[in-house]
Amino acid sequence: MVKWTDFERATIKDIFSKIDSGVVGSAALSRCLTVYPWTQRYFGKFGNLFNAAAIASNPKVKAHGKVIMGALEMAAKNLDDIKNAYTQLSILHSEKLQVDPDNFKLLADCVTIVVAGQLGKAFTPEVHAAFEKFLAVVVASLRKQYY
Amino acid sequence: MSLTTKDKDTVKAFWTKVSGKAEDIGSDALSRMLLVYPQTKTYFAHWKDLSPSSAPVKKHGRTVMSGIGDAVSKIDNLTSGLLNLSELHAFTLRVDPANFKILSHNLLVVFAIMFPSYFTPEVHVAMDKFLSAVALALSEKYR
Repeated sequence: MVKWTDFERATIKDIFSKIDSGVVGSAALSRCLTVYPWTQRYFGKFGNLFNAAAIASNPKVKAHGKVIMGALEMAAKNLDDIKNAYTQLSILHSEKLQVDPDNFKLLADCVTIVVAGQLGKAFTPEVHAAFEKFLAVVVASLRKQYY
Repeated sequence: MSLTTKDKDTVKAFWTKVSGKAEDIGSDALSRMLLVYPQTKTYFAHWKDLSPSSAPVKKHGRTVMSGIGDAVSKIDNLTSGLLNLSELHAFTLRVDPANFKILSHNLLVVFAIMFPSYFTPEVHVAMDKFLSAVALALSEKYR
């Protein structure tokens, strides 16, 4: 059972209200595919991922970024039980998609960097800590059903 | 995953743009590392104040950034260029090399905050590769 302080709850709610959700998911996925190109192995059907510009403008990347964003928003709304909220997602990633769970941290780092870029100075060290804690719980929940 | 000529050019160009703010970058990255990854505080138990932007943190941020600036100038041969720093970290400081990754991540976050338009995905990958190469060079003398 994850314990959240009042500050962390308020901060996570605040971050999600401030960021441009239409953009964050796609920008983070796009960055992940660019900075860690081996992650492209899971997106063979996405077409042109040959360079940073192609990745950034790829419509399937943009669409999938929104799917990821939706899942993060769902986690933010279920702070007290992300583990159970993510059971089906975890099974999907382990059994069907067969994603190496180490990749979750890579995407999480890209989400942090994109959010940091959007919030600028408002992304103080304390806000940063709360957000990385949130992402760590999301990543752990996604890993939960792997065996 | 060695640095291509393009990577090196990207790193040098980015460094030219950001090195003027090196002190702020170093201080912010270190502050974040100590707060977001509290296990890193164990290396600084001898400081009076570990809070963000405290005097020891600012001072050490300058030290770290000058090391990175040095690395940029020695980008063509990091292993031999950073030999003394590697010995320092290996024999005197004995920092577990896993922590280099943590500081690198926080540097990238600070770049994103302070230089949102410069820190494109292309620059991000080059800087991530560079910082990994620096970490590797720093680990050279460990065993």
